[in-house]
This record gives sequence, C-alpha cells and structure tokens, in this order.
Amino acid sequence: MSASATGIGLRLADKRRRERRWLLGGAGILACIVALAGFGIGALAIPPATVLHILAAQLGLADAAGIDPLHRQVFLAIRAPRVLLGFGVGASLALAGAAMQGVFRNPLADPGLIGVSAGAALAAACIIVIGPPAIIGASSVLRPWMLPLSAFGGGLLATAAVYLLARHEGRVVTSVMLLAGVALNALVGAAIGWLTFVATDEQLRSLTFWTLGSVGGANWASVLPTLILALLAAIGLLRLAPALNLLALGEAEARSLGSDPARTARLVACFAAVAVAAAVASAGMVGFVGLVAPHLVRLLVGPDHRVVLPGAALAGGTLLVLADIVARTVVVPAELPLGVVTALVGVPFFFWLLLRSKRTGQSE
Amino acid sequence: MSTAALALHQASLRRGRRLVLQDVTLQARPGRLLAIIGPNGAGKTSALSLLSGAASAEAGEVLLDGDPLARIGAEALARRRAVVSQGARIAFPFRVHEAIALGRAPHRGRTTHHQDAALVEEAMARFELLHLAERSVPTLSGGEQQRVQLARAFVQLDRPVLDGTARWLLLDEPVTGLDPAHQVRALAEARRFADAGGGVIAVLHDLRLAARYADDVALIEGGRCTVLDTPAVVLTPERIRLAFGLDEASVGLFLTA
Repeated sequence: MSASATGIGLRLADKRRRERRWLLGGAGILACIVALAGFGIGALAIPPATVLHILAAQLGLADAAGIDPLHRQVFLAIRAPRVLLGFGVGASLALAGAAMQGVFRNPLADPGLIGVSAGAALAAACIIVIGPPAIIGASSVLRPWMLPLSAFGGGLLATAAVYLLARHEGRVVTSVMLLAGVALNALVGAAIGWLTFVATDEQLRSLTFWTLGSVGGANWASVLPTLILALLAAIGLLRLAPALNLLALGEAEARSLGSDPARTARLVACFAAVAVAAAVASAGMVGFVGLVAPHLVRLLVGPDHRVVLPGAALAGGTLLVLADIVARTVVVPAELPLGVVTALVGVPFFFWLLLRSKRTGQSE
Repeated sequence: MSTAALALHQASLRRGRRLVLQDVTLQARPGRLLAIIGPNGAGKTSALSLLSGAASAEAGEVLLDGDPLARIGAEALARRRAVVSQGARIAFPFRVHEAIALGRAPHRGRTTHHQDAALVEEAMARFELLHLAERSVPTLSGGEQQRVQLARAFVQLDRPVLDGTARWLLLDEPVTGLDPAHQVRALAEARRFADAGGGVIAVLHDLRLAARYADDVALIEGGRCTVLDTPAVVLTPERIRLAFGLDEASVGLFLTA
C-alpha cells in the first residue's frame, strides 16, 4: 500500500479526535462552573466554597460542622433541585433537538419550533384540567409519572405527524416541517386558550407555566422522574450517533452502508419524545435550547453525532442553568418566565440560521 | 451454484402501478466492467437498485455469487458492494476526510483507526481530494462532491478482492458533473478496480466512454435488457440509432468512429 506514506489521513483523523476531547472536557468543566454559580446566586448568596463544603459533607467526605444551617437548608431544598432540574431539562431538549436534526437531516428541527414540545404540553395540560384517566388517578405509584407519561404520548404523536407530513421521497422538506410546527403550535395555543377559559384559578396558574416554562417549582419529587427519563433518553440517543452520521449521507446511502434509516428514525422519535416529555412535564415549554446548543457544538467541532449529541447535552444543560440564573435575578424579587429568557437569545439565533440557510441554499 | 457474479435472473420491478423492469436477465462478472446504457426512463437506475439491494424484485431473482441478495445481512452486504447514486447530498458540513471515513461504518470494530485513516488517505489521493481534505463537503462544487462519494465507495470496499471474494462497485452515472479530466480519471479508477479482480457496474450516458472503458455493455430499453455483449457488438450505429431514436446524421456524434 502506497497510502500511508505521508500519514496525512491519520493526522487529520487524530486532530479531529483531539478537538472533540477538548470540547467535551471544556464543556464539562464549564457546566460545573455554571452549576456552582447556580447553586450560589439568589436572594441568599451562598459562596462557592460553602457550596463545595456542603456537597462534600452530604457525600460524607467532610465534617458538616461550621456550615451555616440556613445555607445548607436553602441549598438542599431549593437551589440543588432547581439547578439539577434546569440542567436535566436543558440537556434533554438539546439532545432531543440534536437527534431530531439528524433524522430530519435539517438543522432547524427544534422540538419547540416543529411542535413536539407543544404536543407534549397539550397532552399534559389536558390531564391537568380535564383530569387523569381513572387508572392513573387511582394509583399512587403512577401519580408522579402521570404528567411525563401523557407528555410523552403527546410528543411522540407530534413527532410522528411532522415527520410523516414533511418527508417526501426520502428527504424532509424544510418548509413543510416548519409549517407543520406552526400549525401544531397554533393548535396548542388555541387549546390552551380554551383550557384557561374552563380552568379553575389554581389550574390557571399551572397552565400559564406550561406556555412559558419555569424550573422555579423544582423539588426532589419532581426532579427525580425528570432526571431518570432524561438519562434513559440520553442512553438511547447516544447509541444512535453512528447511525445518524450515516443518515447525513442520505437515506439510500445509509441503507447501502448497512444501516436501517427507518429504524433509526423510529428510535430517535421515541427517545426524543421521552426527552422532550421529561423536560416539558417538569418545566413547561422552554424554546430554542434544542436549536442553539447543537449548533454551537457543530460550529466548534463539526457535525459528527458522536460528539454533537453529548456536547449538545452538556451545552444545553449549561445554557438552561444560565438562563434560569438570569430569569431569577434580573427582576428581583419577581422572576421572569424561563421561556422569555431563552427566546431572547434563541429568536435572533433562529433568524441568523434562516438567513444563512437562504444564502447557502443548504436546505430546500 | 458458486459462480462469482452479480446477476439479475428474470427480474421484474414495479414502481407504483408501473412495471419499470420486466423479465430482466443480466450478469456481471468479477474482473470486468459492465456498462448499462439506454434512453432516459428505460429502467437503468431501477436495474442498478435491484442489483444493489435498494429495491427488491417483484418477480425473479437477484443473485450475488449464487446467493439471493435478500438473504445477505445488510452490513455484510455493505462490505461486499458499494453504491454511488446520482446527486447524493450530505446534510451537515462534514469535512471531506470525515465524509469519506463514513464509508468505514460497515467495518466498525474489524479494523484499527490507523488502517481506516490509511484507506481514507489512499482514496483521497486516488480522486485528487487531498488538497480539499479539510473543506466542508456542502461548500464543494457538484463534481467535487461526486468525487467524495466515489472515494467513500472505494473506502467502503477496502480492496477489489478481499478474502478471496470479489467486491462490487455499483455506480449510477458516476461521471455526470465531472470535468473531462476527472471523468477519465474516475473511469480509469473503476477500470483499475475491475482489472484488480473487482466487479464494476456503471450506468453511463456517454457511449464513447462506455466503448472505451467497458468490457460488456447492457442495453436497457423500455424496462427490458435487449442485449448484453461486448462494446463492439452492442455499440453499432444501427442499434444505437434505433434504441435512442436518433437520425442517421446525428448518431455519429455519440459513437466512436
């Protein structure tokens, strides 16, 4: 073989690998720093050193003596679940976005834009106002899972509907995909409008929460189902990264390389619906994270899904924790809805992407 | 039956309600380059999609070395034949060397990343892509992207013959969009693949190129394979004039004198 005489192939492959390791490492460190900030910032400031001290004490690595009990109480009951929930929600949405973009072969397939979050939210809102089906309502085991389960059903239906509508001769038509999202979002807007009309005052408060999103209500009971579902989705989606890379070549090409694109699409739809359900059921509709996070990763290290998926999860979690810090500090003592903050960042970003895809004509 | 060949045996294919291929029998042998020619819409691409396993025959058989193609697992099949289809476009800004390396997918866990990188480099050199290695594929011209696809197919197959079995290269209009120098280069590479013992089946529109590079030519008209023989037998002015509906004055434009 005359091939490896210069070794440029190996050099290029290794360079890419190094870039990926740096990105994932850097994103991990950044996530930890932002989490520390999230734990510390608020009406009662907790210094990072104290946060680390409390964490060490909780893990049995340090003596709990010398920790202000108020700090400890606020950290354990409010900050920790809130930051963890925020991270889980952001990571789920970003991961779902990155994987769906892979299946749709389109960088604009965000769970919020194409109506998957809306489908999940509608199903959950129906359960809140109309009430759960008798089997779930009666069982105390299923109760904490009631909203995630119905959100999963709604999200899955929405994903399937958009995918089937927008796919034409083996490729996804961007305009149909986005219009299907517009239609689904409009349907959900109308339905939620109607639900607010028939809802009681208490139901109404939790309904407004669905439309703009918040992780303010976080407590351990709501955090755990979310994180479990998010982890489940992450495991499922990360395994599909090589198949998503092949799908980027085209459906026929993926098939000729021994992959099964239909199976990939089904699995991504299911796991992405789990991820979106985990996010929506606990935090409502938070937009644009699934659009922004995967893009940042692609800009830095290219589109290989083996790094885009984990990278997007880290970036999405970090972004959402940051957005939540902004949401609860800019208008103290009140809080901005989380969706307002993410939209302020996400909408300009979306326009920029649209303009760019118009210029390069990359997506038809 | 252990004849080394990729063959259609009385195969028919329906798309929607239309019968696009009817009773097609043709056979490609290792070490040879088979060109499929014929008018637009005659069923050339359909025949290729039967041979690649992308479509399954409504009637008849598709055989790879005597085994029904449908019974070979998708990944095992992907190691034995590679397909370059028309106008494939990559969805994300993969770099040239990354896109070519995707061809190694069916070999995952069977080769080291050093071997993979060496194959990618060899293929980039083969199709003059080394200077574009770090460019993003969607920013390349159509012809350059086509060369990336060809390089990916070569990387997918390792060698023309591996473990004693011939590998197959299935090319749908591989030189469309390439400049003359790269047309010649791409077909010369396909030729070399066949000379080294691999099998090549290429849908070609350029009859002169078919005459120059192919060992066998199959003419497909109206969903049937009407003749399969050497270029000298198939590419006669009379046959080409009738098959393509040309007048006597213009048929000479497309044939080597």
